[in-house]
Amino acid sequence: MLLLTCPCCGVSAEETEFAPGGEAHLRRFGPGSSDREFESYMFQRKNPRGVHFERWRHAYGCGKWFLAARCTTTLEVFATYPAQTPEPSAELIAKIREKRPDWEGTQ
Amino acid sequence: MSHRLASGGRLIDRTSPLSITFNGKRLTGFKGDTLAATLLAQDQMLVGRSFKYHRPRGIVASGAEEPNALVGLGTGNRFEPNQRSTTTELFEGLRAQSQNHWPSLEYDFLALNDLVPQVLTAGFYYKTFLWPRAFWKHVYEPIIRRSAGLGNAPDADSRDSDRYEQIHAFADVLVIGGGIAGLQAALAAAEAGARVAVWEQTAHWGGRAPVDGVEIDSAKAEDWIRNTVERLEKMANVHMRLRCMGAGVYDHGYVLGYERVSDHAPGADAPRHRLWRMRAGRIITATGAIERPLSFAGNDLPGVMLASAMRDYLVNFAVAPGHEIVVVTNNDDAYRTAIALRRAGLGVAAVVDARAEVTGALPQAARAAGIRILTGSGIRKVKGGKRVKGVEICEIDSRGVAVTHRLDCDAVAMSGGWSPVVHLWSHCGGKLIWDEAGHFFRPDPERPPLASDGRGNLRACGAANGVTGAVLSDAHDAGLKAAQDSGASAKPGPAASDQVAAEAPMEPVWMMPRNAEYDLRSKMWLDFQNDVKVSDVQLAAREGFQSVEHTKRYTTLGMATDQGKLSNINGLAVLSDALGQPIPATGTTTFRPPYTPISMGAIAGGAVGAVFQPLRRTPMHDWHAANGADWEPVGQWRRPYAYLRPGESRIQAVNREVRNVREAAGLLDASTLGKILVAGPDAARFMDMLYTNMMSSLKPGRCRYGLMCNENGFLMDDGVVARLDETTFLVHTTSGGAEHVHGWMEDWLQCEWWDWQVHTVNLTEQYAQVAVAGPQARRLLERLGGMDLAREALPFMEWREGMLGGFDARVFRISFSGELSFEIAVPAGQGRALWDRLLEAGADLGVMPYGTEALHILRAEKGFIMIGDETDGTAIPQDLGLDWAISKKKADFLGKRGMQREAMQDPERWKLVGLETLDGSVLPHGALAVLAGRNANKQTRTEGRVTSTYFSANLGRGIAMGLVARGPERMGEVLRFAGPKGRMIEARIVDAVLIDKDGERQNV
Repeated sequence: MLLLTCPCCGVSAEETEFAPGGEAHLRRFGPGSSDREFESYMFQRKNPRGVHFERWRHAYGCGKWFLAARCTTTLEVFATYPAQTPEPSAELIAKIREKRPDWEGTQ
Repeated sequence: MSHRLASGGRLIDRTSPLSITFNGKRLTGFKGDTLAATLLAQDQMLVGRSFKYHRPRGIVASGAEEPNALVGLGTGNRFEPNQRSTTTELFEGLRAQSQNHWPSLEYDFLALNDLVPQVLTAGFYYKTFLWPRAFWKHVYEPIIRRSAGLGNAPDADSRDSDRYEQIHAFADVLVIGGGIAGLQAALAAAEAGARVAVWEQTAHWGGRAPVDGVEIDSAKAEDWIRNTVERLEKMANVHMRLRCMGAGVYDHGYVLGYERVSDHAPGADAPRHRLWRMRAGRIITATGAIERPLSFAGNDLPGVMLASAMRDYLVNFAVAPGHEIVVVTNNDDAYRTAIALRRAGLGVAAVVDARAEVTGALPQAARAAGIRILTGSGIRKVKGGKRVKGVEICEIDSRGVAVTHRLDCDAVAMSGGWSPVVHLWSHCGGKLIWDEAGHFFRPDPERPPLASDGRGNLRACGAANGVTGAVLSDAHDAGLKAAQDSGASAKPGPAASDQVAAEAPMEPVWMMPRNAEYDLRSKMWLDFQNDVKVSDVQLAAREGFQSVEHTKRYTTLGMATDQGKLSNINGLAVLSDALGQPIPATGTTTFRPPYTPISMGAIAGGAVGAVFQPLRRTPMHDWHAANGADWEPVGQWRRPYAYLRPGESRIQAVNREVRNVREAAGLLDASTLGKILVAGPDAARFMDMLYTNMMSSLKPGRCRYGLMCNENGFLMDDGVVARLDETTFLVHTTSGGAEHVHGWMEDWLQCEWWDWQVHTVNLTEQYAQVAVAGPQARRLLERLGGMDLAREALPFMEWREGMLGGFDARVFRISFSGELSFEIAVPAGQGRALWDRLLEAGADLGVMPYGTEALHILRAEKGFIMIGDETDGTAIPQDLGLDWAISKKKADFLGKRGMQREAMQDPERWKLVGLETLDGSVLPHGALAVLAGRNANKQTRTEGRVTSTYFSANLGRGIAMGLVARGPERMGEVLRFAGPKGRMIEARIVDAVLIDKDGERQNV
């Protein structure tokens, strides 16, 4: 059971207080997009061993969605940050790189 | 013969005898005994039968690692199978039964399995699947089910009479294990200023140090233990629990503790078990080590025990395993047992040592005591049937053909070295390294499990850390560092100093003798509980199993309830040897919680019966309960399925309610309907994205039915939207969908369109809602007075707000039954009064309540869809003939792109139609329309299925809806539906709207 800190209300709480929402930083493709684009948006999900960016909601707290950068093997949480972030900040990327020199990056 | 010695036993109280029964036989033990100690004290060497071969088995160990001595405890509502007798504290009146034998423990018919062991070798279970094919179902499975297994499950009708509880707790430092290492670690952490919790799984502090003769600060270990426990108990920042096992270590310092509060004191005013849900900043595992058996032929006979366990029984309970004992070992530690046995006045026939030279301090002491030592030797075979009668000795480096000595004995103590208990370290990702000197896996301090910040949060200390010899400085160091990690900064006192006899290195011996022939290898047990032998693991390797995880599953090595506590390393070693690679290259299987099985009662805690989950009640709930409601769960709500009058059946009640709505008027408690407010300058724009149809064009005062799809284009929810004003909408959702839909809205508003000015509020429980439906509906409401509800004043699909009979009401002119219908929402606090008032005012009009089943039938008569019946997560609105509710003008809405995919345009998609059986019967729910022939998967071909099916009292026959391939193009065709027992039911495709197609009844 993970411990996560909600960046909106600042509460550090047990995983049962949150609801997971899958991969973060997806771009929505709507009408007019190609089949390939739509497929990537709907179905192509990363499932890495290692660094992962995830969506979480503080469902039994303030109700806000937020994002978490986390290692799926060691469970280390690099950061939690607001949902209104289109891509991980350069600062966060640098922090993860420092801890995980072998990380292949967000691609 | 095993027996109780005349004196001694540091844990027993000879002045408190206790009377128990084993298989109905009366036995006497002492307070402080374990059940295993009492059984051994009365020469009950045979305690159970093995899993596959039904071989006689006795007690092997003295603690949680015991594989054999499992019993059924208690009777009736307190019966529990598979309890380890080695961890069962004795109490007056204890009743135990042995397991897995027929007809009795002494004479087990299924021991025949042992005579044809080649049938039950590794993977036999999987092989039975393959050949002969037809045998599995009728021959193999029934036989395997009858003969294999452990204890019987409790009677299905019995109910656990005990109470269980859970507790949430926090600590800076949690120390698991209350041996001398755990106590020292706790003391250092506590003196440094940390909040400390200490858990010990047994009923005693100090672990096995007193048994092993450890000296601390030049005194007996017992003195230091007593003093240290006293000091810890006095500290306000320390919390100590006995009988509390660290069951599992999970993410970020979450640890479960399993406290057996009153197993040893039944009838006490206490819960039976308590589950500790601990969140610890740092964890220290001081869980000690477990001795390994040796693999020699007949090592499973009753009377063959771990050397350390024999020492435990001797010192702790004054129980001797026999009068003449052979000790077999590859290390110095077992000599402690030999010496202890001799000191107790028992015969030690010999110590059989695999090592060629034996010169350590302990062997020398044994020699000095006159004990015979046979070096470079091993046990070839243990003689005896249901108990040990003697052993044959051979040279260790041989095939075991030649016998060098024959010794008579009635017990064998074996020691194959020690394995640190690394389970808790490993549960949450801690890695292990192979210790070349000690020949065991120990925690790799460089790769511990991590806290959320990425720092290691677990330290092992003492024997659990692979430390041999003095352990207290290691424990002190672990305690101090853990405390400092969690911010404590005081300086603790120094570590105590423990002295133990130095030990010469062990010699790894994974099989005895080293080149044993097959007939010996096929009687060498690795996993006692699952009956896995050396030959099984070797067979698996020959058959191509190289991965340790595959071999484990194929042979079932380590898969029993003891999770291979004794067998793991020996099994790995045999596999590595068969594969010709070193043990670290083979690796280990995964350790998973719990450490030993924990009760389901503890996992459930107090969450049983009425408090299993919260129940949602509408304001009218109590009225329903008092008036015959036959409840139906709808999410966490309970809704009346129907209201049964005295003497009425369910079906009669439903038919009465259905007819009454069409003939007079009915009341439906619709309070569970989801009600979500969507408000803000961008609310209309947002509503257009949420719904497939246009909502921004809806005028204030009006209502519109709408569909919500997910991004796949699949229908997710439906309901009526009321526009309250320019910037405010009230969204009605299905009863089960309110929370999900609200979460869905928030997801889009927070994560995709966060710059839109919209807010949402789930108002579901703020309002009570009553549907008043039927020809008399308007007359009834006019009797309440206060609002003009005439056809012109409140047309169909509009809403008005006002005082209705003194209630703050919002009245919606909407209909889910096809009748003249109003839905009245009032603040939740006024709901019950409104309900009572409507019933009272409508008594002479024939007004009566109706339940969810009538609601379903009435909507089905009108061909209205129900989310969850007509939809299953793969239906798009077009499948249900709802094309009219999909906007062609909007550039975008959720699901629009999904609906444009090729598969969604397929003309062969199953589409909604009405179905009418030719004989008027009711189609079975979910029945499939079948075609001749088979599909590519050799399954019967189908062309449709029933989605809703009811008996309509209004039409006097069965009615149904279903999804049928090209259904709407095939009106009038007759389909064949598969009924129960191969019966075929013919039904004609008809229009789904069966009553009042033009909507004249609701438009009055």
